[in-house]
Amino acid sequence: MFPKSQLWLLAALALAGVVSAFSGRLDSYVLDVAMGVGINIVLAVSLNLINGFTGQFSLGHAGFMAVGAYTSAMLTTTLGTQLGGSPALLQWVLFPASLLLGGLLAALAGLAVGAPSLRLKGDYLAIVTLGFGEIIKVVLQNVDAVGGARGLIGVPAYTDLFWTFGAAAVTVYVVWGLLNSTYGRGFLAVADDEVAAEAMGLDTTRYKITAFVVGSFFAGVAGGLYAHLKGYLNPGGFDFNKSIEIVVMVILGGMGRHVGVIIAAVLLGVLSETLRSFGDYRMIIYSLLLIVLMLTRPQGLFIWPLWKKKST
Amino acid sequence: MPPLLQLDRVTIRFGGLTAVSEVSATIDERELVGLIGPNGAGKTTLFNMVTGVYQPTEGRIAFDGRPTAGLKPFDLTARGIARTFQNIRLFPSLTVFDNVRVAFHLHLRHDATHSLTRGRKFQTEETELRERTRDLLGIFGLERVQDEPAKSLPYGDQRRLEIVRALATRPKLLLLDEPAAGMNPAEKVELMKLIQFIQEKFKLAILLVEHDMKVVMGICQRIHVLEYGRKIAEGTPAGIRADPAVIAAYLGQEHG
Repeated sequence: MFPKSQLWLLAALALAGVVSAFSGRLDSYVLDVAMGVGINIVLAVSLNLINGFTGQFSLGHAGFMAVGAYTSAMLTTTLGTQLGGSPALLQWVLFPASLLLGGLLAALAGLAVGAPSLRLKGDYLAIVTLGFGEIIKVVLQNVDAVGGARGLIGVPAYTDLFWTFGAAAVTVYVVWGLLNSTYGRGFLAVADDEVAAEAMGLDTTRYKITAFVVGSFFAGVAGGLYAHLKGYLNPGGFDFNKSIEIVVMVILGGMGRHVGVIIAAVLLGVLSETLRSFGDYRMIIYSLLLIVLMLTRPQGLFIWPLWKKKST
Repeated sequence: MPPLLQLDRVTIRFGGLTAVSEVSATIDERELVGLIGPNGAGKTTLFNMVTGVYQPTEGRIAFDGRPTAGLKPFDLTARGIARTFQNIRLFPSLTVFDNVRVAFHLHLRHDATHSLTRGRKFQTEETELRERTRDLLGIFGLERVQDEPAKSLPYGDQRRLEIVRALATRPKLLLLDEPAAGMNPAEKVELMKLIQFIQEKFKLAILLVEHDMKVVMGICQRIHVLEYGRKIAEGTPAGIRADPAVIAAYLGQEHG
């Protein structure tokens, strides 16, 4: 017998499959936005594990996303043509394998970045991840094998509703599952008081690295989905602004809240589409939104109950 | 039987300042020992060396027969040293229940992967831990507030919860850093009863750092006195009270 939480996961996967099967009837623009929203959920929920629940501050989620995106895209573009095979086979075997590999490589990058910087207490992680994001971008811009600054084109469009929302469901399940156990309460304890957590026998460095590596893994998966949704990768798309966009989702949803962050990911996914006509002003609107939010609702927008003042 | 905790000429220097100098002391199993001294005598520094926050510059510390050099605070907690903090450090946003539950994690047989597979073993162990958490909270009368966030508790309850949380790690030695700070006389009497109760019920050794003479003299079996980083006396409460060096250094100030 499955535990209840796993039944929920299976139900969510089944639902994603069914909706995906009928996605041909949907308007292709709506479909695009919906898949973008699914990827947003993966990004926001995984960053929430790091920034919200474990209380660290990563500013490099887009960098890990880039690692996953390029890994997975390179795999499907190069291997896909060599293997031949039917498109369906490629979409159901090669594509998930490439997502997994992208996630694993992003997790490895997360380990390399996180292991030295998470030993320290304080905000070193923010600076290190900020630097990492920039380095990844510059490296990708200068490696001709992945298209350099021109970008990588011709990535097959394997991403569909099932894969995006399936990935979102798995991300939510993993983050929720990790936290809802005696072991997992340690993440929250580390966020609350690192010194006390250490005194209670929690290996705080290990907890922080675990959160960071798991978060990076899903950022990589999201990157893979993104690559096969857009069909085109540009290093500039994974810059600091993209990382900030994900941080905004987490803050808007209320750091360390499950449902709030999902709502924020949906809302911002839709909002950024509607704001697309404003072009570069989009980031200004984002920044203003963040300032207003911090002034009026520092606990996040979607904290239940919505209108009751938070007691301190 | 060797002592549970043994300090052998422990010294720590911060730059040119010698905060603790050549302190030797022992604590036996199930003993209640007090550590007193005027402000700045090095009590908390000594405490931090025992719990692994600082490493001594010279000298050796052994716990349970094994040296503790190089061990991190969480290693020492796993070996059986638990502590509370002078300025309470709970996990403020976690519930009272989770504050204690998280401290049980040292004795888990499952880890991160099990919380994803959530198999039967995981479920039974989690249920068992919940029961033990509830039991422990029950002993200290905190079960009625178990779902409140820890920060919402009144001061006295927060102090108590911090001790309960430390007990959940199943220590052999419990270090209490000024537990009576900020308490009124009635609360202090309660605290003394509580400390004695814990020592008997959980069969552990307690090292009590405390400013309040009434509390220390009232319950400790043996007392160490520090002044300017050196140990100036050791003995029973009656002996310490009569010790001229202690009176000059510490108790004398209260009268003069």
